[in-house]
Amino acid sequence: MFDLLTEKFSSVVEKLKRAKKLDEKTVDEALKDIRRALLEADVNVEVVQQFILDIKQKLVGQEVIKGLNAGETVIKLIYDELLNILGEAEPLTKAEKPPTIIMLVGLQGTGKTTTAGKLANYLKSKGFTVGVASTDVRRPAAAKQLCTLAQTIDVPCFVDENEKDALKLTEKVINQAKNAGLSYLILDTAGRLHIDEELMDELVKIKEKVHPHEILYVADSMQGQEAIETAKEYHDRVGLTGVILTKVDGDAKGGIALSVRKVLGVPIKFVGVGEKISDFEPFYPDRLAQRILGLGDIQSLIEKMEAAIDEDKAKKMAERVMNAEFTLEDLKEQLQMIKNLGPLENVLKMIPGIGSKIKDLKVDEKQFVKIEAIINSMTPEEREKPHIINGSRKKRIARGSGTTIMDVNKLLKQHKEMKKMMKKMKKSGKMKLPFNMPNLPF
Amino acid sequence: MFKSVVDRLKKGLNKTKKQLSESLSVLNFARSIDESLFEEVEFALLKADVGVEATEEIIDFLKKESKKRKIKDGEQLKQLLKEKLVEILSCCRGQLNLIGEKPDVILFLGINGSGKTTTVGKLAALLKREGKSVVLAAADTFRAAAIEQLEVWADRVGARIVKHQAGADPAAVVYDAVNSAKARGDDIVLVDTAGRLHTKEHLMKELQKIKKTIQKFSPNQPCETLLVLDGTIGQNSIKQAEVFKQATDVTGIVITKLDGTAKGGVLIPICQKLKIPIKFIGVGEDIEDLQPFDPENFVEALLG
Ligand SMILES: Nc1nc2c(ncn2[C@@H]2O[C@H](COP(=O)(O)OP(=O)(O)OP(=O)(O)O)[C@@H](O)[C@H]2O)c(=O)[nH]1
Ligand SMILES: Nc1nc2c(ncn2[C@@H]2O[C@H](COP(=O)(O)OP(=O)(O)OP(=O)(O)O)[C@@H](O)[C@H]2O)c(=O)[nH]1
Ligand SMILES: [Mg+2]
Ligand SMILES: [Mg+2]
Repeated sequence: MFDLLTEKFSSVVEKLKRAKKLDEKTVDEALKDIRRALLEADVNVEVVQQFILDIKQKLVGQEVIKGLNAGETVIKLIYDELLNILGEAEPLTKAEKPPTIIMLVGLQGTGKTTTAGKLANYLKSKGFTVGVASTDVRRPAAAKQLCTLAQTIDVPCFVDENEKDALKLTEKVINQAKNAGLSYLILDTAGRLHIDEELMDELVKIKEKVHPHEILYVADSMQGQEAIETAKEYHDRVGLTGVILTKVDGDAKGGIALSVRKVLGVPIKFVGVGEKISDFEPFYPDRLAQRILGLGDIQSLIEKMEAAIDEDKAKKMAERVMNAEFTLEDLKEQLQMIKNLGPLENVLKMIPGIGSKIKDLKVDEKQFVKIEAIINSMTPEEREKPHIINGSRKKRIARGSGTTIMDVNKLLKQHKEMKKMMKKMKKSGKMKLPFNMPNLPF
Repeated sequence: MFKSVVDRLKKGLNKTKKQLSESLSVLNFARSIDESLFEEVEFALLKADVGVEATEEIIDFLKKESKKRKIKDGEQLKQLLKEKLVEILSCCRGQLNLIGEKPDVILFLGINGSGKTTTVGKLAALLKREGKSVVLAAADTFRAAAIEQLEVWADRVGARIVKHQAGADPAAVVYDAVNSAKARGDDIVLVDTAGRLHTKEHLMKELQKIKKTIQKFSPNQPCETLLVLDGTIGQNSIKQAEVFKQATDVTGIVITKLDGTAKGGVLIPICQKLKIPIKFIGVGEDIEDLQPFDPENFVEALLG
């Protein structure tokens, strides 16, 4: 997600790193590049102007921070400013008396119904009893859609397809759900335009009937310049308590993420990262800020690994990665784990310094099969010490795996580069500023 | 077409016009040209989702051209801007291309939630009003209740629907739909596909497979491959158009949700870069809310 922004920022960062002095020209040029990057990322124009002004002001008379060079000082300032814009992560509210009612609102097609399913799944996996209910009488097959999702994760779904009045429907489903002993109830609403008086009125009335503890605005992360006006109107009418960004699995530029907190003062709570019901994560501002600057998102990566993978194995792997003892056997094991992690592009993008470099990278999962086959044809010793693999060994391995010597060579080279990269990662430590990475294999 | 339809189109267009005009129309062109006027125009174009690159180009053009033509007055500058935008968009004036094979096949594609299914429904209604017999192919077998959603539309417009079960192979649905349309002599098959992000290569391949299936029946089909763009989306639409075009030879664009406050200005860079004809605009959720794209009106509306 947010690749373009990351890419652009990385190039600014690269330039800045080389700067020895914080003179006006250096700063102005960097700010110009940043302005452009932000605009191309659909960040609201007003927010962009303000951001640039703020940074500029801070830079005037700024001393170079101890231990950092001039360029790094600017990067640090930008990072802080990004964090400032993105605000703090905030958890979901929990009602004193259950159920906690969470209402999802937003424009047409942003992903409310899908998100209702995802959020239910997320809360259920945390051990809560959850239900979903629909108040959408407009979108064809809305109820069916919600209940199909609910069914796949085995949570109750409250609907009434014969009720065509949204308010009456609300009353019915709420009454049913309240007696179901739930800790959370997620209420789906029909998509509506912020300028649709009648439907916005309806939303206010639904809210008044339900008294939700959270009203989450479900926003498409690809939205353009109107994103903020739209969200603002929603906020003014119903009082939002949070935002969920959807479809960030694409190459969305994330402009709304940078604008929404600043303008509305409402936190982003979750992000949707795919079409599957498990493609859903809490939102962490610091991680996004690091990602934007090309500092990677190692934390998310580790968490994701932990969720998908046997914890012990993952820890061991992380250790090996950190110590750069990464053997071919590890690579194979990792490929197997990665398969459980979901789309590989997403995973790779979280690795520091890589995210921005693989914009056009297409991961062909078939390659995996090949790599596995090659590694499987190696002896344990070869997997441990790839440098012993000479010409005749290569021939044997290629034959055994039904590949070519070229394939074997490629894999060995890739593995070597990965290892080199990991060494660099280790050396540079976690919060060190970006560094050049060799291009990732695959 | 029937009178009521024309009225409806007019009404919708006015609505769009009002929305589209907002940001540029508040600009006061009734003054002489100076740097601050250019800055304001730039700002307004950016706000309309025209994008940095195209906006910079347009502003550069305006600066040079106004010097060349010795334009001093803001109103004339506005005229110049209008001309420029119409010139850009005129390359993309497009009409639905039907070739009269039985059936003609129209394939719909686009990212998640952009409005494909709804547009299929609206276009089916429009074609039925013109007396055509229309079949809907429920080739989104992936999203929850996608088939049921299309069924509701089929009911609404009185079109036949061809569907399989959820999870079935979309290409097989398409095969059945075209095959049965051919056997029955239906005029048009509209194929609704699952939303997919342009970044997901395997899903783009699936579209190519669907297309191949259609081509088994006639090399001239699909006579239209329509990319449905969400008008509220910003600069990402450019990338979408590029990738979908490359993967499937998109022949036309439909841009939806222009009944909101989004300006759809991203059509300008898309048109400049890719020259894909724009066939319709979506201006609401109801059956009549689909209109032909008209560059003059669009620009007129954009500038107020
Ligand atoms: N790729 C991707 N697709 C998503 C994500 N979230 C939702 N979608 C897709 O977006 C499309 C629209 O989602 P819905 O849940 O129907 O949207 P909605 O807001 O309920 O739509 P209305 O009720 O019509 O306003 C569907 O195709 C979803 O599968 C996401 O995080 N990533
Ligand atoms: N206001 C407005 N809403 C629209 C327009 N076109 C579609 N919609 C709404 O947008 C939402 C999504 O539309 P769909 O037709 O389901 O979109 P889709 O592209 O088929 O979605 P997926 O199949 O999930 O990818 C629905 O609530 C539609 O009613 C339009 O022109 N204006
Ligand atoms: Mg919905
Ligand atoms: Mg659909």
